Amino acid sequence: MAEPQERRTDYGPPHYEQFLPPVIKNNYGKWKYHEIMKPGVMVHVAEGGDKLYTIRASSGRLLSIDKIRMYCDLADKYCDGYLRFTSRHNVEFLTDKKENVDPLIKEVEDMGHPIGGIGNSISSIVHTQGWIHCHSAATDASGVVKAVMDDLIEYFVEMKLPGKLRIALACCLNMCGAVHCSDIAILGIHRRPPKVNHEKLNKMCEIPNVSASCPTAAIRPATVDGKPSVEVIEELCMFCANCYTVCPSMPLNDPLNDGISIWVGGKVSNARAEPTFSKLAIPYLPNNPPRWPETVEAIRNLVELWAKNARKYERMGEWIERIGWPRFFKMAGIEFQKEHIDDFKHAGLTFKRSTHLSY
Amino acid sequence: MSDTLPKTPMLDELESGKWPSFVTEIKMAAKRSPMCRDLLGQLEQSYEEKIGYWKHGGIVGVMGYGGGVIGRYSDLPEKFPNISHFHTMRINQPAAWFYNTDALRKICNIWEKHGSGITNMHGSTGDIILLGTSTDQLEPVFDELQKIDFDIGGSGSDVRTPSCCCGMARCEWACYDTMAACYDFTQTFQDEIHRPAFPYKFKFKFSGCPNDCVASIARSDMSIIGIWRDDIQVNKDAVTEYAKSGMDIKADVIDNCPAKCMEWDGKEINIDNSYCRRCMHCINVMPKALAPGKDRGACILLGSKAPIVEGALLSSVLIPFYKMEPPYQELKDVVERIWDVWGEEGKNRERVGEFIQRVGMGNFLEAIELEPTAEMVAHPRENPYVFYEEYFEEEEEEEEEEEKS
Repeated sequence: MAEPQERRTDYGPPHYEQFLPPVIKNNYGKWKYHEIMKPGVMVHVAEGGDKLYTIRASSGRLLSIDKIRMYCDLADKYCDGYLRFTSRHNVEFLTDKKENVDPLIKEVEDMGHPIGGIGNSISSIVHTQGWIHCHSAATDASGVVKAVMDDLIEYFVEMKLPGKLRIALACCLNMCGAVHCSDIAILGIHRRPPKVNHEKLNKMCEIPNVSASCPTAAIRPATVDGKPSVEVIEELCMFCANCYTVCPSMPLNDPLNDGISIWVGGKVSNARAEPTFSKLAIPYLPNNPPRWPETVEAIRNLVELWAKNARKYERMGEWIERIGWPRFFKMAGIEFQKEHIDDFKHAGLTFKRSTHLSY
Repeated sequence: MSDTLPKTPMLDELESGKWPSFVTEIKMAAKRSPMCRDLLGQLEQSYEEKIGYWKHGGIVGVMGYGGGVIGRYSDLPEKFPNISHFHTMRINQPAAWFYNTDALRKICNIWEKHGSGITNMHGSTGDIILLGTSTDQLEPVFDELQKIDFDIGGSGSDVRTPSCCCGMARCEWACYDTMAACYDFTQTFQDEIHRPAFPYKFKFKFSGCPNDCVASIARSDMSIIGIWRDDIQVNKDAVTEYAKSGMDIKADVIDNCPAKCMEWDGKEINIDNSYCRRCMHCINVMPKALAPGKDRGACILLGSKAPIVEGALLSSVLIPFYKMEPPYQELKDVVERIWDVWGEEGKNRERVGEFIQRVGMGNFLEAIELEPTAEMVAHPRENPYVFYEEYFEEEEEEEEEEEKS
């Protein structure tokens, strides 16, 4: 192995300044206002009058280097070689030349990346790896997202919703995608307790750690077939898979029982109502690849119900808060079940503790 | 292994439709990469059988770093030998994900030579995700990254790669320089990012205003959210323009104010700023007319996380207002004190938010030497079970009296 260069560590990311287009460098901290010109396009106007046009395009999050190079070709042609990505996996082309906006849009769309996701629309779905790369996934991520967004594309490329709608997907309860504060969250769930691999457990894992990992104390040390291992009190298991994260011999993945749950009404922004968690709407939908029709249909129903009934600017959770959860379940045609009622810590705080009811 | 793509009838169905297809992306890379061909094969099997085929992690990395590489191995290595190793490398993104094409092309070239050719732009935490390579390629990738000044990000029980919104680069609402702060914190805590030494992960996210475009209040242990203390800036002429252009200011703006601190008399907007909650709604709706005040800084919140292990948490207020001025030393001192206490007393896989739940916020504040303030709670306690730590004994009472006098 050749060692020509001195090895550096801990130098951190490159400084961002070199990646800022001149119009941004010149107006850093001096922006006055912005306007959404049309779906996916906005203009920021600086105090001195300079203008910056942003064109936001969807992306599937998983990008080949071929696609990134195509983005680069467009950025070189129209944006003096600058571009950025958003926190929701969109790509944004930035230019100070208004005449470049429409030709750029055409080329990006021809490449297969619809323009949109700004203002009262659905932005790209934040999501996790799923079966492409994760060991604990209870569903795929990219495939579900693709199917859902193919169906909802009109709400990405147009601004016809009452307010913003943020959808996120996490393929298990670890929630690498942190979906727990989304207008609609798609969450992969396990529903079968871990199948303990007694042969391997003692060789791969520390039994006290496995035992301690369980938030409901459902796992206790046990000797099975003469081998030190653990046993699971199945009625205490809530399928969080924390034991599997600390010990590979506790797999929960199970094609017969894994599936998807749908959560609604969370938000992160402080605008109007305070940030809040998403709440359970649909406890279980089957994994049905490649296009997850049950999930796609359920989400379209929720989006359209909200779009039809919410007031201007009202996010999903604000709307439900106003009309009340009983009415939401009735309007959505979702049967309210035992699973909807919290039974973990502080569950009592989620019970209805008043007679403020609508009939 | 032939150069032809494996048959993937189920995945092929995900190439139709208007949303960009990840299957098409993998196929593009598969023209060059045997790894991507096997990835398609294994993924098709997952689609057929409704289960993933990845083994449970494994410790791999580059020399001198304790994190940043996620070990990944196929569960079907005989059938798909090219992805028997399929490790992920997390590369610390430039602040707010701005690039020039030169830097992006260089990353692409490295990944063409040493990896699968597929990426995530970006991962949930913010890193550039280089998806899939073998153990022997990790060092060569890092060698090349050094030449183009990109460093590895965090993973495991360390400081995860900090991220920020685009702040002052492209937003009139930025109440502090998010990109400068994110870069500064990232550089200051390089050791903590690269060498896991905590009970569990610790995330920083920097948002320029309460709209919180990087979801810091839900997704970071320390949420640094821009805010202002003085009055909302009002451009009266622009308000008039909005009214003339047909905006229903009462319905769209005034009636949506959560503090009910605004009035519209048909000509002017009047705001009682002392009651304003800085929610941003009115400013969002009238960006030409209203703007955050001039006395700007950040609200520092602590403790958010996803459900594992003890349930999801949102961050809660720790420092109601902090002037975000470099080198942010007072804030970094608070961070160090938090890490000292949590590092010492935290349990394995216990995030700082869960730690606070366990030991009590009052005790935690004492330990990190911050005074409690009313801004920290939605409301004071409802239960009377107060943990008083001291009480008087009769004879001591007299001594106390003497001391006081």
